[in-house]
Amino acid sequence: MQLFTRFALAGLASLTFGAAHAQTDLLADLEKQTADTARREVVTATFKGTRIVNAHSVETAGNGTLIFLIQHRFGALNSGAYEFFGLDGAALRLGFEYGFSNRLTLGVGRSSTGKTFDGFAKYRALQQSTGARAMPVSLTLLVGTAITTVKFGMAPVGGERSTASRVSYTYQALLARKFSPGFSAQLMPTLIHRNFVEQPTGQNDVYALGAGLRQKLSKRLALTADYFYLLPGNTADTYRNALGLGLDIETGGHVFQLLFSNTQAMIEPQFVPQTTGQFFSGDVYFGFTVARNFTVKSGL
Amino acid sequence: MRPLLLLLLALLLGLATGSPAQAQSKYLTKKGFISFFSTSPIEDIEARNQQVAAVLDLGSGQLAFALPITGFVFKRALMQEHFNENYLESEKYPKATFTGQFTGATAATLATPGPHPAQATGDLTIHGVTRRITAPATLELKNGQLLATASFDLAPADYKIEIPLLVRNSIAKVVAVKVVLACDAVK
Repeated sequence: MQLFTRFALAGLASLTFGAAHAQTDLLADLEKQTADTARREVVTATFKGTRIVNAHSVETAGNGTLIFLIQHRFGALNSGAYEFFGLDGAALRLGFEYGFSNRLTLGVGRSSTGKTFDGFAKYRALQQSTGARAMPVSLTLLVGTAITTVKFGMAPVGGERSTASRVSYTYQALLARKFSPGFSAQLMPTLIHRNFVEQPTGQNDVYALGAGLRQKLSKRLALTADYFYLLPGNTADTYRNALGLGLDIETGGHVFQLLFSNTQAMIEPQFVPQTTGQFFSGDVYFGFTVARNFTVKSGL
Repeated sequence: MRPLLLLLLALLLGLATGSPAQAQSKYLTKKGFISFFSTSPIEDIEARNQQVAAVLDLGSGQLAFALPITGFVFKRALMQEHFNENYLESEKYPKATFTGQFTGATAATLATPGPHPAQATGDLTIHGVTRRITAPATLELKNGQLLATASFDLAPADYKIEIPLLVRNSIAKVVAVKVVLACDAVK
């Protein structure tokens, strides 16, 4: 009897030992099996929204997603108590952006500044990824156009302007890398073409190099900044480089972006070559961007 | 001397019962399916993952699976982003794994056609937290494939998955998980 117990116990022990051994083996086996198909993992959420502060980010709406964008810029903080430190004179842009695929997004918007309608196409050419055939950066190409609908004929000087003279174009390459889950940076070579410039010395083509970054403070808070350096020329001599500093707040359903900038404009042809504010002299505009996402086409 | 001999014998016996079956009894898939469903008065949320790698061993009753967290697809892209960025932190914890055993079905019982009820018990690791779970399952041998299903409930809070206050009412305290695997025999 005693002998049998001992035998049984030993058998049980060896079985459990065998089982435990097999178990770790099985997972290791699985890892081996799946390792050979090392997944190409796309890096997502380089930026929280389709805008960093003023500038477009590499992010697009994504297939079947409609984004409703409400952008608000109050007046300059240094405009005094009479203007309630800028809160009286606000500029607004309402925009819609729709993702026709994960790569292509088309957008339209209307800015109160210059009573301007704008439209753009944004195409994700490259997406940062890890794993097999890793891609170090994301590249999004942007082409935009804007038309001002101001009735110039009502002005005391000059006459009504032709349609062509009201149009401007934006060409941008947005090159970004998410260096870590918390830190992303972006470079933005930019060309703005204006069909018409008021001053005879004005440049129709304005080149600028933009840079932007995001640093997460917590899971739902991030500091952002973007800056456009105007390449030497008449525009660079007359106007200021646009600077934006922001705070992204994610609430779950949507993203709030609170910001301070030396420009009140919200589209490239207005803020890249036409910024006049001196940020550090108090020409600071407080503003916010709210993005609400609607799922038109289900991802499932 | 004699106990030692017996031990050796038992060990041999133990190994013998474990190993020979292994060669033919392993089933594997790389395209298993796992979904989870959260229901709340505000909204229902579902996510599906079709990149589950799983291996089942009928001989030893062992089972393991692993899946990439980024493989979960949601109805809403933004939800998917939040899921990966904030809740599951998939850059930090890219995979969920399970290792354990199933009881109630063996190679012999599975010889009769139709799904057989079984029970899976083991360690589930999500978001870097490992917990022991038990789930009702079914196993079926059909056309040379081993079909396995299981369903269980899990609480995100158990896996230290933080849900922000603002959306707390939209996400269920307990979500229903469904596992469907169609494994091919490993030669």
